[in-house]
Amino acid sequence: MSNWEILWSARDQFWVGFLRTMEIFGLSISVAFVIGCALLYLLEGSRPRLTVPLRVFIDGMRMLPFLILAYLLYYGLPSFGIRLDAWWAGVGALAVYHGCYIGEIFRGSRITFPPGQVEAAKAHGFTKGKMFFRLILPQIVMQTRPLLGNQLIYALKDTAFLVIITVRELTAAANSLSGTYFIPTEAFIVVIGFYWAVSVVMEVIIKQCGRFSAKRGFDNA
Amino acid sequence: MPDANPSTAGHRENDRSGATAVAIRNLSKSFDDVEVLRDVNLEVKKGDVVTILGSSGSGKSTLLRCINWLEQPERGSIHIAGERIGMTDEGRAMSVKALARVRAKTGMVFQGFNLWPHLNVLHNVTEAPIHVLGKSKHEAETHARALLEKVGMSHKMDAYPNTLSGGQKQRVAIARALAMQPEVMLFDEPTSALDPELVGEVLAVIKDLSAEGYTMVIVTHEMAFSRAVSDQVVFLEKGLIIEKADPETFFTNPSTERVRKFLERND
Ligand SMILES: Nc1ncnc2c1ncn2[C@@H]1O[C@H](COP(=O)(O)OP(=O)(O)OP(=O)(O)O)[C@@H](O)[C@H]1O
Ligand SMILES: [Mg+2]
Repeated sequence: MSNWEILWSARDQFWVGFLRTMEIFGLSISVAFVIGCALLYLLEGSRPRLTVPLRVFIDGMRMLPFLILAYLLYYGLPSFGIRLDAWWAGVGALAVYHGCYIGEIFRGSRITFPPGQVEAAKAHGFTKGKMFFRLILPQIVMQTRPLLGNQLIYALKDTAFLVIITVRELTAAANSLSGTYFIPTEAFIVVIGFYWAVSVVMEVIIKQCGRFSAKRGFDNA
Repeated sequence: MPDANPSTAGHRENDRSGATAVAIRNLSKSFDDVEVLRDVNLEVKKGDVVTILGSSGSGKSTLLRCINWLEQPERGSIHIAGERIGMTDEGRAMSVKALARVRAKTGMVFQGFNLWPHLNVLHNVTEAPIHVLGKSKHEAETHARALLEKVGMSHKMDAYPNTLSGGQKQRVAIARALAMQPEVMLFDEPTSALDPELVGEVLAVIKDLSAEGYTMVIVTHEMAFSRAVSDQVVFLEKGLIIEKADPETFFTNPSTERVRKFLERND
């Protein structure tokens, strides 16, 4: 049996690992997006006492290697009496880590948001919450679309680190097959194929979304 | 459905009953120790058009922005249709909600248009009526269509702001402010950011509104327009109102030397 035939016969393992990767990725990036929006909202300025702690938190996360955060959540939290299973530790680490990156992306864009639009909103009787969700956030998301696209791809790649904390995802599947049959090259070529395919699909989707924002004059397509 | 008719609220045809739309009393405002407005008093009657003139830096924008509390004055009071803005009658700062509600009684048109670019023309106009006033989508859209018709922009309902000329943007911004059915419309140099050939179309819309009896306070540098449209002309100089007169008197026989000089220079 050739190496490729071995892998083909183990295709179920890849498939299960792939589904798990997608599950973790989908959930954690969705939560990360919500965290990013929440950070932006909290930084909107009516809570000055929160600003410094939040900025420190965001910068702290961004300067931390992702792997170490995953380690801390999985191996470190139990010593504080909190025991997460590997899957939840992985999702939590990805969500918080990339949530901070997304928050920082949003913050950068918020700085250049035209103040006149906020004044127009105030003059039309908008209060902070509605103004944020209806007028500011949609534009910030359109404006930062390319950066968000990059962040999706970083997050997808970061799921591979979770093999270290024993999550049975795609890279773990390749790892175990390559160990069992000693065919590392072929096993990893297969997973690279998976990661590429997902990345390409995301790229296309993000590009398509660019038409939506380009029509509105956000010319970052 | 009376609300769908653009010419109900905000429209005060022949309403010269003497009711007060805006009352400004003893208003003072500083920016870092520099007094920008000094004891300003001004009354705008319902249905009246007041234009504010003055040289650059005299405090015209600041005065206008105090009326809807985009700037907070240190002293004095402003009432919109009898209701105080910004402060409670006991002199405490108004709650955010209450302030937003009183603000909604004013409509503001900015020099730089400030349309919301992610919304098309129709939705720019319906956004605040739906999400601030709580109107139904249907009601807001019916009203918005009528207003866009009024400002000559109904053919661009589905366009996004980035595809419009400055004059078109400003006309949409006027419709957007009118959609709140405000007690008073505030204009801060509505034509100053426009190419000269686009100024006329915007001034024509504002003239129509004055003919329909809308209450308006307009900061402008367009002397002929001011003369044609005003019931009252106010001249600001270093934060003081130094002349307040009907347009005929103001432009032909001003009482201060300063205004005479200003008019000569702007002839
Ligand atoms: N946010 C601010 N902070 C500090 N100073 C300000 C601020 N806004 C206005 N000023 C100052 O207040 C004075 C009045 O400004 P204002 O914008 O009201 O003048 P204006 O009459 O509208 O002038 P223009 O015709 O140039 O628009 C100016 O000296 C200006 O520099
Ligand atoms: Mg000004």
